[in-house]
Amino acid sequence: MIPAAFDYAAPATLNEALALLKKHGDEAKVLAGGHSLIPMMKLRFASPGYLVDINNIPGLSYIKEEGGFLKVGALTREVMLEDSEMIHTKYPIFIDASKLIADAQVRNMGTIGGNIAHGDAANDHPAVMLALRAEVVITGEGGARTVPIDEFFFGFYSTAVQPGEILTEIKIPIPAKGSGGAYHKLERKVGDYATAGVAVQLTIDKGTCTYIGIGLTNVNAIPLRAKRAEDVLKGNKITDALIEQAAQFAAEDCSPSTDLRGDIEYKKALVKVLVKRMIHKAMDRVK
Amino acid sequence: MQMEKEITVTINGEAKKAKVEPRLLLVHLIREDFNMTGTHIGCDTTHCGACTVLLDGKSVKSCTILAIQADGKKVSTVEGLLNADGTLAAIQEAFKENHALHCGFCTPGMMMRATELLQKNPNPSEDEIRWGISGNLCRCTGYNNIVKAIQYASAKIRGEALPSTEPIFV
Amino acid sequence: MIQECKTSKAISGMGHSMKRKEDGRFIQGKGNYIDDIKLDGMLYMDIHRSPYAYAKIKKINIDKAMKVPGVVAVITGKDLEKYNLHWMPTLMSDTQMVLPTDTVMYQAQEVAAVIATSRYAAADGVEAVEVEYEVMKPVMDPYKATLPGAPVLRSDKKGKTDNKIWHWEVGDKKKTDKLFETAEVTVKEEIYVPRIHVASIETCGCVADYHKVNNHLTMYMTTQAPHAIRTVIALVAGHVGLTEEKIRVISPDIGGGFGGKVPVYPGYVIAIAVSFLVGKPVKWIEDRSENLQADSFARDYHITAEMAGTKAGKIQGIRFKVLADHGYTDASANPSKFPAGMFSICTGSYDYDTAFVEADAVYTNKPPGGVAYRCSFRVTEAVQGIERITDRFAQTIGMDPAAFRFNNFIKKDQFPWKSPTGWSYDSGDYELALKKAMDVIDYAGLRKEQAEKRKKGEIMGIGICSFTEVVGAGPSKDFDILGIKMFDSAEIRVHPTGKAIARFGTKSQGQGHETTYAQIIAEELGIPAENIQIEEGDTDTAPYGLGTYASRSTPTAGAAAAVAARKLRDKARKIAAYLLEVSEEDLEWEPGVFFVKGAPEKKKTIQELVFAAYTNHPQGMEAGFEATHYYDPPNLTFPFGSYICVVDIDKETCEIKVRRFVAIDDCGNIINPMIVQGQVHGGLTQGIAPAMFEELIYDEDGNILNGTFMDYLVPTAVESPSWETGHTITPSPHHPIGAKGVGESPTVGAPPAIANAICDALLPYGITNIDIPITPYKVWKALKEKGVVKAI
Repeated sequence: MIPAAFDYAAPATLNEALALLKKHGDEAKVLAGGHSLIPMMKLRFASPGYLVDINNIPGLSYIKEEGGFLKVGALTREVMLEDSEMIHTKYPIFIDASKLIADAQVRNMGTIGGNIAHGDAANDHPAVMLALRAEVVITGEGGARTVPIDEFFFGFYSTAVQPGEILTEIKIPIPAKGSGGAYHKLERKVGDYATAGVAVQLTIDKGTCTYIGIGLTNVNAIPLRAKRAEDVLKGNKITDALIEQAAQFAAEDCSPSTDLRGDIEYKKALVKVLVKRMIHKAMDRVK
Repeated sequence: MQMEKEITVTINGEAKKAKVEPRLLLVHLIREDFNMTGTHIGCDTTHCGACTVLLDGKSVKSCTILAIQADGKKVSTVEGLLNADGTLAAIQEAFKENHALHCGFCTPGMMMRATELLQKNPNPSEDEIRWGISGNLCRCTGYNNIVKAIQYASAKIRGEALPSTEPIFV
Repeated sequence: MIQECKTSKAISGMGHSMKRKEDGRFIQGKGNYIDDIKLDGMLYMDIHRSPYAYAKIKKINIDKAMKVPGVVAVITGKDLEKYNLHWMPTLMSDTQMVLPTDTVMYQAQEVAAVIATSRYAAADGVEAVEVEYEVMKPVMDPYKATLPGAPVLRSDKKGKTDNKIWHWEVGDKKKTDKLFETAEVTVKEEIYVPRIHVASIETCGCVADYHKVNNHLTMYMTTQAPHAIRTVIALVAGHVGLTEEKIRVISPDIGGGFGGKVPVYPGYVIAIAVSFLVGKPVKWIEDRSENLQADSFARDYHITAEMAGTKAGKIQGIRFKVLADHGYTDASANPSKFPAGMFSICTGSYDYDTAFVEADAVYTNKPPGGVAYRCSFRVTEAVQGIERITDRFAQTIGMDPAAFRFNNFIKKDQFPWKSPTGWSYDSGDYELALKKAMDVIDYAGLRKEQAEKRKKGEIMGIGICSFTEVVGAGPSKDFDILGIKMFDSAEIRVHPTGKAIARFGTKSQGQGHETTYAQIIAEELGIPAENIQIEEGDTDTAPYGLGTYASRSTPTAGAAAAVAARKLRDKARKIAAYLLEVSEEDLEWEPGVFFVKGAPEKKKTIQELVFAAYTNHPQGMEAGFEATHYYDPPNLTFPFGSYICVVDIDKETCEIKVRRFVAIDDCGNIINPMIVQGQVHGGLTQGIAPAMFEELIYDEDGNILNGTFMDYLVPTAVESPSWETGHTITPSPHHPIGAKGVGESPTVGAPPAIANAICDALLPYGITNIDIPITPYKVWKALKEKGVVKAI
């Protein structure tokens, strides 16, 4: 399997990259980790005429807490999340997700930005970011703009990133004290895309759920936030009955499709089970 | 044919130059241009891990990386595993002693992956090993002895007593 | 120690866990696989394939492809037709297109070959080939293929009016039907053994290197049977001057075979044709998608299994009916007399005298094949049938499946045992193997735990499989492929200094022949295995043989090695008698030394005797120290074993966890315990694969839905449990070293053990059968049907 021919540049600055993207228009694709793009090119499902490799641009790879946000540079590799002491202790939801993404070699290359910018509802980070109410920083020639994750995904492989723009950072509001989060997906074998995946992030303040985010993986055309489910819990003391109701709503509101992983009713049933389990796990993690 | 570009890749410690099309895959650079055929190709979709090499010390699948992306970087392959004195590296000895290979096709990729795994986690549990090599498919061994070999290499690298390599029967 | 050793570790004959001699090159990246071969001026071939399962080719336009820089030729069926090379025979004497001239019969069928100066240019050329098709509705369901009015797929065959390939039956139909009318208990289950793919990590490929000046072809290729392939090439291409002496087939290191590298694929033939036409070496290496989508599948047997017996738990007979989906042509590799292979081993490990087994094979618009997936000629399908129906019977009469098996096993003293389908089982001790497996896993304890878990609503299952295999094909009176008898061969040459080279007609694909064959010769001659070089895979040097598949190497070529070595030992005895000036009868042998009875200080080592064979041999004796043997086995061998699997199932997600798996195998005498155990481990993972993960899935338009490793789910180290393995040893009475073969037993035994465990777990919910691969999704659907889980 060989990709079709293309031209290539590896600019040293973001501005150069943006200029190249503008110049080559629809022909151009950003190459970050490449582990979604290159396989598609090898299968000739994608044949971009020009690749702008952003791997040599300094300053796009970091994990830091700053100004009330956890900031993750778009070029941050999955492995950096896995290896980060801070992520392990404060954001274990990412560790849950990372462990289930492909395999170690892929995670050595694959980037958080790419996982989101690919706009694939089967990827795992979108659900986590939805649960965390992340904001996505997109940079174009006119400068940077910030898009809430809820407004980021448009359709199949389609996001708020416009031609000539690059996703540069993900900002996650630092959860309040009393927060916890968890992610799990069911997969046919390790490294597979989710049959169904659920991310839950919540905050409990004096027994009341003051924050709840529920994101779903691969059970909808675009990554889905289970808003009705969240509303059931928000502002309330979390009880088994409410969890049951929230899980039911999440399952009702997603629209999976039938494929080799299972049919619609199976995937919805899994969503219901996973929402319950992840709420419990997130609550267990509330310190 | 797009413009060829000249790149320099340090492979197993030796800097080599090559003129490459941008689309040339790293695995083909290694196998065809550098004539190091120990790195194998087993799938098209980044699933089998037979092409695993170290890129600047990190295990990667060389079928999913462009050769041009390795410009200026260090690549390590199975051909560079031997110790400086020509003896087998711990992971090589471990695979042989523990019968961790049958046809040998997945073996180079598996050993390169294990090399990084042990660098990051010198004393992994069985579970950590199994998850750690989940990007490398082996069709022959059933993985039992690969796990055993990585445990053996771990002991060897840490200077601990080596586990028995005799097969254990119930 | 599992196997008694008669030789010292220095000699490393049988029973020693000698480290493998072949490993040195593999662990240093110095293996020599097909894609590692690079010849001067070599061209690259890539293949344009059909997107449709059934279509008429209206037009092939190669103009754009020819304009791709680097492309030197595009070959279509019409080009091959000029040389009458567009069709080839299959190993089952059916016919198969090399390249089509008018119709494509399955998705991913070869349509045109692009030849270019580089791999990349060839790939570009493939993209640029334009084909106009008239798409037809394919026949994908083998049952529908048999209905009246179904389109006749093989209309290329004169007079063909239906899609049937063959009908085959064995046993006593009348007696069996009568039994089923009168028996106290009968059970019936529809069991589908799905279409799967060996998916060796190395795909198939070749380098065809034809030299016009010498009219000579060297064919480097991924083949498990180089000699048979040479003969087939000669049959296909003899009419253009490529007769058998002009053909050298070299099978280099093979990255896994498992049966998938037995057939002749069109790609090989096209590469030969192109090399023949352009006079340059041509390399063709499949990619994974091509491998999964077009190369030989395995299984695809629809089995109706029935068992009759008594309420008290005695089996009286079985009746099996099979519909075999062979795809577009019968390209399997069974012995001629056995179109359904050794499926009639489906009477299993049990003592009864009534059976009737029949099978019908049909054509569909799927890729051809039907060779094994680490399985001796349809034994896996047979064992899936008998071991599932055995459990069903035990469940029906309310008997524990272990007790039921003990009640029905053929007893140790009943061997050799004549099966109702005509096999003569050579040896066995089925009770011992099952008892050992039960002890190791604590069967009684597990049943107790299961009862407690069931009270709490938890789902846990225990599954047993007590299989009998039939391998080592085979005796020449019954076994041939394309008329060539299924013997195998060994040639041993011992050099003057006492070191040896031995060559074989088989071909290792990872089984460790370079070590185990050396150990067999070491056992017989006392020459250290370390000093015996083993070579296979070059038809110019190795003696003729039928190759390595169906667990036949040890039963046939391994036997040949022992017999050839014994011929040499006889010669050594003569030389020793001459040198020691005693009669042959006065000499005793211990590994590596002849000595005079009662005077052990008067002795000659094998090395001294070999040296004498070149320097000081008796007058009248032929010089040198070489022997060849073509071994024609008197019977097949019948390895067996008992496997027990424990599963836990999540009641909500229906995820299935194999908690423990104990495999007790009996492959007779063991040459190298380490290698045998490795074979068992690997086979078990290739057993859990079809049991829980792998299946080639097509839609009704003939599209494959999982033609890459993204969806064809080869187990990783995470899905594969930590196997627990052990042995009993019941030597084969007719095999020179008492061995039986082991490579495939675990692949045969594991799927029913796993399926039985899962079905055992689900029995309280009234679920009696789920076809493999048993996935969480299938379990969820089954439990939903029973109202145990609910849709939201």
